[in-house]
Amino acid sequence: MTAVKEQQDVYLSTFQAREKTFSGASWLSQIRRAAIERFAELGFPTTRQEAWRFTNVAPIAKVPFELPEAADDGAAVAIGTMPMADLECGRLVFVNGHFSGELSSLNGLAKGIKVCSLAEALAAGTPSLEQHLARHAPYEDHAFVALNTAFIYDGAYVEIPKGLVLEKPVYLLFVTTTNGRPTVTHPRNLVIAGAESQATIIEGHLGLGEGTYLTNAVSEVVVGENAVTHYCRLQQESEQAYHFGALHVRLARDANATTYSLGLGAALARQEVAVVLDGTGSECQLNGLYVVSGRQHVDNYTTLDHARPHTASREFYKGVLDGKSSGVFHGRIIVRAGAQKTDAKQSNKNLLLSDDATINTKPQLEIHADDVKCTHGATIGQIDPEAVFYMRSRGVGQDEARQILTYAFANEIIGRIKYEPLASRLEDALFAQLGVGPRREGL
Amino acid sequence: MLKIKNLQAQVGGKEILRGIDLEVNLGEVHAIMGPNGSGKSTLAQVLAGRDVYAVTGGEVIYDGKDLLAMSPEDRARAGIFMAFQYPVEIPGVSNMYFLRSALNAIRKSRGLEDLDAIDFLAVAREKMKLLEVEEGLMVRPVNEGFSGGEKKRNEIFQMSILEPRLAILDETDSGLDIDALKIVANGVNALRSPERAIIVVTHYQRLLNYIVPDFVHVLSGGRIVKSGGKELALELEGKGYGWLEDAVAAEQTA
Repeated sequence: MTAVKEQQDVYLSTFQAREKTFSGASWLSQIRRAAIERFAELGFPTTRQEAWRFTNVAPIAKVPFELPEAADDGAAVAIGTMPMADLECGRLVFVNGHFSGELSSLNGLAKGIKVCSLAEALAAGTPSLEQHLARHAPYEDHAFVALNTAFIYDGAYVEIPKGLVLEKPVYLLFVTTTNGRPTVTHPRNLVIAGAESQATIIEGHLGLGEGTYLTNAVSEVVVGENAVTHYCRLQQESEQAYHFGALHVRLARDANATTYSLGLGAALARQEVAVVLDGTGSECQLNGLYVVSGRQHVDNYTTLDHARPHTASREFYKGVLDGKSSGVFHGRIIVRAGAQKTDAKQSNKNLLLSDDATINTKPQLEIHADDVKCTHGATIGQIDPEAVFYMRSRGVGQDEARQILTYAFANEIIGRIKYEPLASRLEDALFAQLGVGPRREGL
Repeated sequence: MLKIKNLQAQVGGKEILRGIDLEVNLGEVHAIMGPNGSGKSTLAQVLAGRDVYAVTGGEVIYDGKDLLAMSPEDRARAGIFMAFQYPVEIPGVSNMYFLRSALNAIRKSRGLEDLDAIDFLAVAREKMKLLEVEEGLMVRPVNEGFSGGEKKRNEIFQMSILEPRLAILDETDSGLDIDALKIVANGVNALRSPERAIIVVTHYQRLLNYIVPDFVHVLSGGRIVKSGGKELALELEGKGYGWLEDAVAAEQTA
C-alpha cells in the first residue's frame, strides 16, 4: 500500500515539475490541474471496484514510471521493419510520446483536412480545441483518464471538414522504444469529423524491445451530423508492457461510427470503448478482437450510451485465449429515459485453447426507457472436436485443423475491416500470434 | 483391399459391434443394411477413425496395413473417405479453402505438389457440373446454412474431388428427395471403377435402385446376420427387417 502511495506521489511531483513546460492556454491548464487533483483523490483502481473486478492494476501502480525525455533517434530504422507500421497512407508518428516530423508523412492527404500533432494545434491556438478537448472523455471517476488528462502534451489532432470523403485512412502511430528505465506516455488524440464527412482513422500502438513501459492513451472522436467514421484501434505492445487505452466517441444526429479494438500484445491491457449516441438516428458498431497467450491479461470494457431515440448499436467482440492468459469482456449498455426505439445487440464469443486460460464475460444493461430492443449473448467454448474430426477425415492434419478453426474464429472480426492493407497485415499478425505459419489465402 | 475380422467396438461402455467379418475387394460395391441401432453407422465411423468409439477386439487390414493403428488423417491420405451422415458445419472456413487444404494434404503425402487456387478451381468446376453444385457454394463456409440435401451433395462433391480408393457412404440417402437422391447416385456411379471400392450404408432399399450393389449385408445387433447379392435388398424391402431379427433371435436361443 505504501509503495503504491509513493508511486502515486511520483505522478504528482512529476506533474508539478513538468506542468510549466506543457503548452496551451489557461483553459487547458485548469483542466490539467483539476485532473491531477482528481487523480490524487482517486488513486489507482482496485479490484473492489466493480468496473475493475477482474483486472488488478497493482503491478502498474507499483512501478515508478518516468516521462520519456524525447523521441528516440534509432526508432526510424526499427519502424521500417514493422509490418504494422507500413501502411500506404498519411501518418503521424509518435515515438515515446513525442511527435516525430521526420517519420510522419502527410503526402496525399485530401485538401481541407487538418492533421497535425496536438502540441502544434495547441501552440497555434486552434479554436475547436477548447470546445472539444477533454470534453468527451470524463476523468472525474477514472484514474487513468485523469492521469492522461493531467499530462496532455502531445498526440494527434485531426479535423475533417464538412462533406469531405477521405479515400485513404489517416494512421496515428505510437511507438515505444524501451531504454531500460520504465517510462510512461500519455498520448491524447482528438478527431473531429465534420457533418457528412467520411473517414477512416487508424490508431496503432506498437512496442519495440523488451522493457517495461506504460501506454496510457485517450482518444476523443466527435462525429458530426450524418457523418460516417471508422475508427480502428490496435495495440501490439511488447511483452512486458502495460497498456491502457480509452476511446470515447460522441455521435451527432444520424451519425454512424464503426470501431475496431484489436488487442494482441502487452502483459496487461485494458481497452475501453465508450460511445455516446447523442443524436437521434445515430448508429454504431463496435468490433473487438483479443488474442492472448502465456500470462497475458486483456480487459475490454465497453459502454454504449443510448441518449437519444431511434439509436442503434451492434457489438461483436471475440477472444482467443491460450496458455495461462486471462481475459475480461464487460459490455455496458445504457438506455436513457426518453431514448425510445433503441435497438442494441451485443455479442461476445470466446475460444479457450487451453485448460488454464480464463475469461470473465459480463453484460450490464441499464434500461430507463420502455420501448426498446436490447439483446446480449456470450459464449465460451473450445475448438469443436467434431469439426476437427471432420477435417482430419478429409486428410487435414490435427494441428493444422485446430489452427484453421482458430484462425477462422478470429478472422471473422478482421474480415469486417474494409481497408484491405490493414486487414491483410492484421491477418499476418494474427497468424504469427497463433503460431500458424504462412497466411491462408482465400479462407 | 479391406479385411475386417471379428471387429468389436463400444461407445460409453455399451457394446455396439459384436464381431463383424467383412471382406471388400477393389471394384466392388457393398451395401450394408439394417434397422436403426444395428451398428451400421458405428462400423462406418470406426473405419474412418472416429475416436469416440473404442475398438475392443478384432482387426481391420487395409491394403495390408493395420488400419486401426492409423490416425484419421492418415487413413484419408491412404485413400479412405467417409461421407458423413451428419456433415459438420465449419463457420469461417470456405468450402473451397477446406477442400483445397484436404486435397493438398493428400497430395503432399503422395509426394505431389500443392495445387494453387486456380488449378484447384479447374478440378472443382468439372465435378461441380457432375453434381449440379452451384459455384456460389464454393465460397460459402463449409456446410453452414446448407439444406440437408445440399450437405449430402457436398459430401459426394468432396468425395469426387478427393477420389478415394475406398469410399464409405454413411446413410447419404437419408432425408433426400428423389431428385437429390438421383444426383447423389449419379455422382457415386461416376466414381465406380475397378480401382475403387464403395461401401454404402443405408437404412432404405430405395438408394440401391440407383446404386446397384454387388453384395448386400444385413447388420443386426452388431453382427452381419445375412449376406447375399442385390436381390437380398429387394427381399428386405418386401419383408422388412423383422423376419431376419426373429430368425437370429431363434438361432441364438436354440
